[in-house]
Amino acid sequence: MQRYFLSKVGQSILLLLGVLVLVFFLLRLTGDPASLMMSREATPEQIAAFREAMGFNRPLIVQFWDFATKAIVGDFGDSLHYRTPALPLVLERLPATVQLAGTALLIAVIIGIPIGLVGGFNPGSLIDSVGRLVALLGQSIPNFWLALILILVFAVGLGWLPSFGRDAPTSVILPAFVLGLPTLGQLVRLTRSAVLEIRGEDFIRTAHSKGLQPRVIYAKHVLRNVAIPLISVIGIQFGYMLGGSIIIESIFAWPGIGQLLEQAIGWRDFPLVLAIAVFTSLAVLFINLLTDAAYAVVDPRIRYGH
Amino acid sequence: MATREMIPRADSMLDVERTLRDRLAYVGRLLWRDRSGVIGVLMFLTVVFAAVFAPLIAPYDPLEQNLRDAKMPPAWYAEGSWEHILGTDNLGRDLLSRVIYGARVSLTVGFFGVLIASTLGLVFGAVAGYLGGRVDAVIMSVVNLILSLPYLLVVVVIAAVLGRSLLNVILIFGITDTPIFARVTRGEVLRIRQSGYVESAISAGAGTVRIIFDHIVPNLIGPLITLATFEMSAMIFYEAGLGFLGLSVPPSVPSWGNMLAAGRKYLTSYPWLSTWPGLAIMWTSLSMNLLGDWLRDVLDPRLRRARK
Repeated sequence: MQRYFLSKVGQSILLLLGVLVLVFFLLRLTGDPASLMMSREATPEQIAAFREAMGFNRPLIVQFWDFATKAIVGDFGDSLHYRTPALPLVLERLPATVQLAGTALLIAVIIGIPIGLVGGFNPGSLIDSVGRLVALLGQSIPNFWLALILILVFAVGLGWLPSFGRDAPTSVILPAFVLGLPTLGQLVRLTRSAVLEIRGEDFIRTAHSKGLQPRVIYAKHVLRNVAIPLISVIGIQFGYMLGGSIIIESIFAWPGIGQLLEQAIGWRDFPLVLAIAVFTSLAVLFINLLTDAAYAVVDPRIRYGH
Repeated sequence: MATREMIPRADSMLDVERTLRDRLAYVGRLLWRDRSGVIGVLMFLTVVFAAVFAPLIAPYDPLEQNLRDAKMPPAWYAEGSWEHILGTDNLGRDLLSRVIYGARVSLTVGFFGVLIASTLGLVFGAVAGYLGGRVDAVIMSVVNLILSLPYLLVVVVIAAVLGRSLLNVILIFGITDTPIFARVTRGEVLRIRQSGYVESAISAGAGTVRIIFDHIVPNLIGPLITLATFEMSAMIFYEAGLGFLGLSVPPSVPSWGNMLAAGRKYLTSYPWLSTWPGLAIMWTSLSMNLLGDWLRDVLDPRLRRARK
């Protein structure tokens, strides 16, 4: 168990280095980060002065060392727009994004898994058919479009829910539902197929022939095995929601990291963009690590290194 | 395990004996039996048709502005007119024509994006899976790094740095999607290499080249085509998302994402501006998901037998 976890932590540290390298070279893809960050009207003299100030004229390896050693202690330089350190600006937005992603995940889990369970135990039933249709639509509807439609119906038309901001406690409902829908669909499909698969396993037949109560079989034998693939999907999806809420946040003016990213791109505030990219990637890596740990707790095969 | 794999399966034996025409007919029969697959194919063909014949079927030039007719609602509204069936946008451009031309952008991005990603992924995945060792370790650690990052964030940040152009969008999707193809290819190559029929081919004296081209590559085609369908659907989705954020093709190009972005400003007063491109994306994505589900069942004989 410890060895398994240590190797995962080691991998995550390597991944962190990888992220820093990727992000560093990404800014230099176009050749000149100075002209990338300056507004299009900037004069060549202004760009040259900026290049000097940012240290872009130093050798690449020196720049990378400088960037990496500072980034590790959380220093991504100052935001060009706010003229304050970039990382605190990101952290300030973190609670809103976590609230949104958490609510979205909760909606997906409490709706998706029960539908999938019912479908898996009663394939072909009405709930199963409806659930599969919802799952298919959930994965096919562009969520940014769905967001617009829901705003029209529930905010503009019916006036039940706020269409933007984070002022009312109900503000989170629409964006969280939209953000969670693709995951909901995925959970329905995955739970359903996992139940179907495990119901056909030999050990379930054995349990039945031993005369165990069906309720006990479902709770102890089926559900525990269904939980294993679900845990990894839930973990991965939570990470994706943290990093992928940019469109939803910008539509609903949700003051989280995604909205900050959209604004930072608009301002060509690349130190801020980098801080967001590195921080979010790190958060996602951390969640993946937690997922791996949860996995090992549930599945003894992983713990003992099989 | 090896012995079990070596017993020839009835249906795979038959597959070898069949001519190409017979096989196509067989796939056709399988398709016909699966209604959702037929629906997916037909829906997808409408999108391909719209993209290929856009200049012939679009009633107007998608770029032609006519401010006098701006913001006309669809024809079935009182103020609508049958001259612009789906209405016009804020600059008086015909929405039906723009939706039709939008299919070109989406399919171009999806097709070339997948072409690049699958080609690169096939090469990296096959090299990693076949050579193993240190090469495998290096390739797979890069693959896992990229796959563990939040995809939308990566795409958005790269697009923001590179700027808006069709070529950039295709390259971004093509390259960022390569790891998925590499991972699937590697997994399949490893599985096939250890299978009984490759083992028996080796013991019968087949060389490396023959094993790769006669035994491994044909078996990769099924899973990769299925993956390509789902990935193309995802790319069309993400392209629209980038367009919505103003990071995809230049604003002058009629793409579904750009139309959604423009329509968003007029959401409450002229909702049809964003309705049509949204429906178009959903239609395409739904068709490809149905198609992908069906392909997965048909191209994988193990699943095929499990179905009635």
